Amino acid sequence: MKTQNQRAWLFVTPVLFLVAFNALIPMMTVVNYSVQETFGDNLFFWQGLDWFEQVLKSERFHNALGRQFFFTFMILIIEVPLGIAIALAMPKKGPWVPFCLVTMALPMLIPWNVVGAMWNIFTLPDIGLLGYTMNHVLGISYDMTQDPVAAWVTIIVMDVWHWTSLVVLLAYAGLVSIPNAYYQAAEIDGASNWAVFRFIQLPKMKTVLTIAVLLRFMDSFNIYTEPFVLTGGGPGNSTTLLSIDLVKIALGQFDLGPAAAMSLIYFAITLFASWLFYTLMTLNDNKS
Amino acid sequence: MRMKSLVPALYILFLMLPIYWLVAMSFKTTNEILAGFTLFPQTWTLANYIEIFTDPTWYWGYINSIIYVTLNTVISVLVALPAAYAFSRYSFVGDKQLFFWLLTNRMAPAAVFALPFFQLYSAVGLFDTHIAVALAHCLFNIPLAVWILEGFMSGVPKELDETAYVDGYSFPRFFATIFLPAIKSGVGVAAFFCFMFSWVEMLLSKTLTAVEAKPIAAVMTRTASSAGYELGLLAAAGTLTIIPGAIVIYFVRNYIAKGFALGRV
Repeated sequence: MKTQNQRAWLFVTPVLFLVAFNALIPMMTVVNYSVQETFGDNLFFWQGLDWFEQVLKSERFHNALGRQFFFTFMILIIEVPLGIAIALAMPKKGPWVPFCLVTMALPMLIPWNVVGAMWNIFTLPDIGLLGYTMNHVLGISYDMTQDPVAAWVTIIVMDVWHWTSLVVLLAYAGLVSIPNAYYQAAEIDGASNWAVFRFIQLPKMKTVLTIAVLLRFMDSFNIYTEPFVLTGGGPGNSTTLLSIDLVKIALGQFDLGPAAAMSLIYFAITLFASWLFYTLMTLNDNKS
Repeated sequence: MRMKSLVPALYILFLMLPIYWLVAMSFKTTNEILAGFTLFPQTWTLANYIEIFTDPTWYWGYINSIIYVTLNTVISVLVALPAAYAFSRYSFVGDKQLFFWLLTNRMAPAAVFALPFFQLYSAVGLFDTHIAVALAHCLFNIPLAVWILEGFMSGVPKELDETAYVDGYSFPRFFATIFLPAIKSGVGVAAFFCFMFSWVEMLLSKTLTAVEAKPIAAVMTRTASSAGYELGLLAAAGTLTIIPGAIVIYFVRNYIAKGFALGRV
């Protein structure tokens, strides 16, 4: 039981101050822009909720949002099962464990624009390892600057390369915390591999998998740098995800009002979806 | 059993291929790269690395990145320590709401904050300084550090605190000499994660700097667009950005999984 102590607020004040400075002031700026129109020279006019209406009705926003949901859906449906499968196949102890952990974590420590640049070099049609293999060894025509399907496959494979290890490491942390006695008991009962997975391993991984799904959802929904460096949102607009579109509107066209309204809608969707995931998964927890 | 170890082996191979290609490219001459496909560098050259280590714009990019990443890691961990202690030991009015609010800052898309951050830090006169980037990265690193440290601290039994107070320890002395050593792996992991997310982030660090504090990531973008795409140079610069990560990861290898689980395994 925790002690009731209001002086604990003193301990959290520095955190509160620093995060509020970074979160509240910029957020207020965004809210401010989202309800005003400007023609430059710092002249602003009250605009009400017009920008929100305009963004919500625009086809461009619908398309970017659709692409974003498709991207995040693909990421979750590929990375989570794949990560669990790899974690299950990893050795539990021995000299290979640190090797596996370090090599697997390596992609996550590479700056995001380098990840994009690296995959760009990797997929160049005639001089990249992947591009050359596809075009000249396997004979499959592959050029992600021309073909939207190839561009989509590439950004998804890149993200799988970049972030599946997060799921692996989390699932693995859950797995190694299972005492050996559980497995021995299962063996005595003659449980199948599936039963061991379903009734021992999966429940034990639940907390960590919740964190994995949440983190993967948030980060893939907010992704910007890697696909921007790799495809620039193209060919055409085919890989223009929400963040890429937002930066185009805000910093490219300098349409501050619509960009601010879009930012708030975007943030609201991320918040709501994360809250939904979190609630659904903890709800299951309480039932069992 | 043999089939089973094939899965991680294949996965690691898949992870290493693009990295291998980047490293291989960095040792090739521009002529060789443009002449066509070669699996291994035919004529090894260090020219790309020499250019980076002799051109101040390049190597200052690395120094700038390391400065603000270090600043950010120190600030984040220092302010997160007392806060995490408060969350793990005490209940106070609004604690749960505050905890969730901290997490929401981890959810905010960086693209949303790029322009307002530029205006905020210009207004307070910090634009193009290392401290500006370090403070901006606190937005997502402090919540993360608080979460990780809280997880590790909650694993330390409360009796430790109570015994120390009975023995007449003052709070600061207890915290520094007994509590910190007990959670030192947690501090290491929190520092590692702050380092990692500050090191890999690029949208905010690029927006908040121009010349004086320009991070390596921004120097690379400039090269890609202005110098007519020098792939070998770009590959060498990319290879060098992997090294700091590879070094720090080695030190926390045994705790990294627990860290990703925010100390909650």
